[in-house]
Amino acid sequence: MPLDAMATGLIETLTAALMMAVGLLPESLAAPFEYRFMQRALLTAVLVGATCGLLSCFVVLKRWSLLGDAISHAVLPGVAIAYLLGWPFFVGAFVTGALTSLGIGAIERHTRIKSDAAMGLMFTAAFALGIVIISKITTSTHLMHILFGNVLGVQAGALLLTLLASLVAVLTIWLAYRPLLLYTFDPQQAQALGFNVGAIHYGLILLLTLTIVASLETVGIILVVAMLVTPGATAHLLTDRFGTMLAISVAVGVVSAVAGLVISVQLDVASGGAIVLVASGLFLIALLAGPRHGLVARYWRRWRFNRPAS
Amino acid sequence: MEQRPTADRLPALEARGLYAAYHQEPVLEDVSLSLPQGEWTAIVGPNGGGKSSLLGVVIGSLSPLRGELKILGQTPQVQRQRGRIAFMAQQERMEWDFPISVRDTVMTGRFGMMRHDPLWRRLLPRRWANPAHRRAVEEALADVDMIDLADRPIGALSGGQKKRVMLARALAQQAPILLLDEPLAGVDPPSEALIMATLERQRRAGRTIIMVTHDLPGARQHADQVLLINRTVVGMGAPEAMLSDSMLARLAVASTRTADEERRVAA
Repeated sequence: MPLDAMATGLIETLTAALMMAVGLLPESLAAPFEYRFMQRALLTAVLVGATCGLLSCFVVLKRWSLLGDAISHAVLPGVAIAYLLGWPFFVGAFVTGALTSLGIGAIERHTRIKSDAAMGLMFTAAFALGIVIISKITTSTHLMHILFGNVLGVQAGALLLTLLASLVAVLTIWLAYRPLLLYTFDPQQAQALGFNVGAIHYGLILLLTLTIVASLETVGIILVVAMLVTPGATAHLLTDRFGTMLAISVAVGVVSAVAGLVISVQLDVASGGAIVLVASGLFLIALLAGPRHGLVARYWRRWRFNRPAS
Repeated sequence: MEQRPTADRLPALEARGLYAAYHQEPVLEDVSLSLPQGEWTAIVGPNGGGKSSLLGVVIGSLSPLRGELKILGQTPQVQRQRGRIAFMAQQERMEWDFPISVRDTVMTGRFGMMRHDPLWRRLLPRRWANPAHRRAVEEALADVDMIDLADRPIGALSGGQKKRVMLARALAQQAPILLLDEPLAGVDPPSEALIMATLERQRRAGRTIIMVTHDLPGARQHADQVLLINRTVVGMGAPEAMLSDSMLARLAVASTRTADEERRVAA
């Protein structure tokens, strides 16, 4: 299969490039990466961090945090059903995730229920269905990985899916940069300029679903929303340019994923939790020390403003 | 110009028997009107009287239930995609925290036109974009006197400055038709004078201006004609005739009368 060979080749090349970067690290940190599974985990972490960071800007600016949480929980029944049928888990995950986001939109548009209630309603129902199905499955170790994530156990298939999702996300955002920017900034203006806002809206939601599904094995259902909120929120505190925000957000996502992976190996703690804690730490630093929107800068300005003229 | 000879005489906006509802509440009832090209029309009416809804049908945020609306002889959707309609919204619904500079905000007005650029230009960063876009943006910024603040984030502007940026974004489109939804709401006097002077220049350049407004003195002074609307067309004509006390009184009672009529129909 030429496609298979291409994908393997691409993964090999990316891994080799990453290992060159790892070679710059001190010996004690670099040593674990001699193992094949560690290299796979590292590449997955970088891809997940970058893709989530990219989407995170749209999630934060469109106030879609709860929607991200909803979609990530709604993939659980899909994973469980796919497991029962012997399908690849991401097929089921993508289907139930996408169905739930469509269901939320339908409830919002056709009833008097507001969007946050529609989300809360749909995703808890889907998550409950997933829990019920899983409770009937005897061996559920793999499904526990989906809940909490384990980047160290990522298999080649999952890595390939993550790579594919990253490529789709990067290509889509590159090709549709202006429509996506305008839709996020001012949907009414996008409509007045003749853009198909419905297609942009659902395209962005599908991209979000794909990103969530691709991140499941790394950070898990419960914590994936952190990777979709924290990098973007951190970047929003540090810049007033959208392009720069995308870049910072990707950097925060990648740094948290890689640092979290290293910490989880060194201290032998859960990788998903470690990744999210690093991201939260970066957010805290930006919140305190951000040059314009940080708390220290803000209080400094206020203090200078209130200081009696001397 | 390779336009059809009739193109000049087509109305800028023409509605026939237009009905529309918002949240099951009728907002436009049997609206028929025709606005000529190259003139300044002020749309006046009470709140909830369908002024913004009429603009909503043009920009596509509201679909009519019945009747039709044509812009320069074509459906609004066709003209939106051709970039013939520039729209300046009321600013309350904007996301002012968005990380974007004044200049880039005005540039978003060109995004519609950029769809017609060759693919390679669209895939490259802005630096290699068609220079016509940049020129239009700089001209628009100069028109509203915002060149000095062009690199500021939009969140750092005052209310009047924000309105000027929104106007600049509409101007940057260089569209033949300018739709403005209350361009003077919440604006300080200096910005107000600047906005009106800018619109005067646009009219002299041959553009059609359609402006929803509560500012009756401004409408008297600048508009070529006034459209009185309260769910349906109450009157249309010269500002002196339309903004007389008797016409304004009729505008105020029009809503209660339609409500009465509805009750009669329902009974």
